[in-house]
Amino acid sequence: MSEGISQPDQPQALEGHAGDKDLFSKFDDIIAMRQGLLDSGVEDPFNLVMEKVLSPTRAICNGRETILLGTYNYMGMTFDPDVVEAGKQALADFGSGTTGSRVLNGTYQGHKDVEEALKDFYDMDHAMVFSTGYQANLGIISTIAGKGDYIVLDIDSHASIWDGCAMGNAEVVPFKHNDIEAMEKRLRRIPEDAGKLVILEGVYSMLGDIAPLKEMVAVAKKYGAMVLVDEAHSMGFIGENGRGVVESAGVIDDVDFIIGTFSKSVGTVGGFCVSNHPKFDIMRLVCRPYVFTASLPPSVVATACTSIRKLMHGSNKRAHLWENSKNLHKGLKDLGFQLGTDEPQSAIIAVIMPDLQQGAAMWEALIKNGLYVNLARPPATPANMTLLRCSLCAEHSEEEVGEILEIFEKAGKAVGII
Amino acid sequence: MDRAEVDAKIREIAEPFNKKGVTITEETSFQNDLEFDSLTVMDFVAEIEDEFDIIISMNQQAEIEKYGQLVDAVTKMQAD
Ligand SMILES: Cc1ncc(COP(=O)(O)O)c(C=O)c1O
Repeated sequence: MSEGISQPDQPQALEGHAGDKDLFSKFDDIIAMRQGLLDSGVEDPFNLVMEKVLSPTRAICNGRETILLGTYNYMGMTFDPDVVEAGKQALADFGSGTTGSRVLNGTYQGHKDVEEALKDFYDMDHAMVFSTGYQANLGIISTIAGKGDYIVLDIDSHASIWDGCAMGNAEVVPFKHNDIEAMEKRLRRIPEDAGKLVILEGVYSMLGDIAPLKEMVAVAKKYGAMVLVDEAHSMGFIGENGRGVVESAGVIDDVDFIIGTFSKSVGTVGGFCVSNHPKFDIMRLVCRPYVFTASLPPSVVATACTSIRKLMHGSNKRAHLWENSKNLHKGLKDLGFQLGTDEPQSAIIAVIMPDLQQGAAMWEALIKNGLYVNLARPPATPANMTLLRCSLCAEHSEEEVGEILEIFEKAGKAVGII
Repeated sequence: MDRAEVDAKIREIAEPFNKKGVTITEETSFQNDLEFDSLTVMDFVAEIEDEFDIIISMNQQAEIEKYGQLVDAVTKMQAD
C-alpha cells in the first residue's frame, strides 16, 4: 500500500453519473470529499510546501520550523557530505541529464557504477536500474508475468505492484494480508503447468508491519512459483547487511527478484531490481518501462552510488535508527495511542486515528506545533483506517524523539484522542 | 453440483455480507445494490473459492457484475 492521497492502491473503475458533462465528471465524488475536508477548516494535509530544508530531519514548512517525521529518509543520507559532493562532481563532469534511454545514449559510466554498487550491496549477479521504483515494479512484473501466467499477491500491495500486474495481463489472485494459509490455498489451486509469480513486500508501509517471509517463500517454492520481494522500506537497516527482510528472515537465496528504490534510504530518486537469474540481462531489451523512458541524470546515479556504498558500512546509524523506532513506539503506546503493530517492526510507526475528521484535526494540531507526519486515509489504507504514519530517520536524535512525544501528547490531548 | 445447488450455497455464503438485507435476485449488482467494497469482495470471493475449491482471479471478477453472472461462472468452474 502507498500513501496514494485519495485513491486506493488497487485500481478501481470509476462510475460515471447521469447527466455527465465531460470526462472529469467521474471525479465528482473525490472532489466533494476533498472540499468537505477543507470546508471543515483544517489546513490541507496534501498541500504542504517545504520552503527550506535544513537537514534530513528539519524543514521550514508553511512558514514554521518543523521536525520531519513523515519522510522516507530513513538513513538520513540526503545531506551526507560525500553524497552531495559526488553529485556536484558528476553534474560538473557529465552535465545535467542524459537525454536518452538506457538502451540508446543514456547509459553513462555512472549508471554502470551504481549497478555495480547494487550487486555488491546485495551480493547478487545482476542489477538493473530504472528511473523510479514505481517503474521497476511496473517493468519487471508486467514483463515476466504475461497472459496465461498467474500472479499471487498480498491484498495490501503497493500501487506500482498492482499496476504492473494489470499491465502484463496475467491472472491476478490476491490473498488476505500476511495470511500464509490463504496464500497456500491459492497456489495449490493454480494449474500445475501454469507460470506462477508470488509478489510480497518486506515491510508494508501503511502499518509498518513485516511479512512472514520465511514461511511464505518456502510455500511459494513448494508450488514452483518464482518470488519477487519489494524491499523499498527496509534497505539499509533491516538484516545484517541491510539487505532487507529477505536477509533477516534468511531467505535471500530463495528469492528470485528484489525490487528497491533510491527514493527512501538511499536519499535520491530511482529504482532497481537485483537477481541471480542467469537470463536476467535480457530484461534490458524486453522491459518497456526500462527501454521507453530517459535514464536517470548523472548527478542522481552518482549520489545513489556513493550513498549505497556508504550504507554498506552503516551499522552505527542502523542501530540508532532501531533505538529511535523502539523509543517512539514505546512512548506513543505509554501515552495511550493505538498503534499499527504491537512491537516496532520497522522504521514506520502507524498511529491509528478514530476517524478521518479526528485524524485530520490531529494532523493539523501536530503541524501547528512543528511536527510533520503522513496522514493516510481511506480508501488508500488497510481496513479503511485513518492513520498518522511516522517514519523515523537515523539522524533524529534521542532528544528529538523526546520532543516528538511531547508534541504528540499536547496535540492528542487538545484533540481529545488521549 | 447443478446450478440450483451452487446458487443455494452462494446465497448462504453471501448472507453475512449482505448487511442491509437486500433481496438478492439474478440481477442484483455487487457494487451498486450490495455496496461491496474491495475488502468485502476479497473476503466474499475467498469463501466461495474455499467452498468450491476454485480460483476466481481478479480478471474474472472484473467480468462479474451481477449475482446471476457469479452463479453461472462458479457453476461452470466447479464442473471443469
Ligand atoms: C512498497 C513500495 N514499492 C515501490 C515504491 C515506489 O518507489 P519510487 O518512489 O522509487 O517510485 C514505493 C514508494 O513509493 C513503495 O512504498
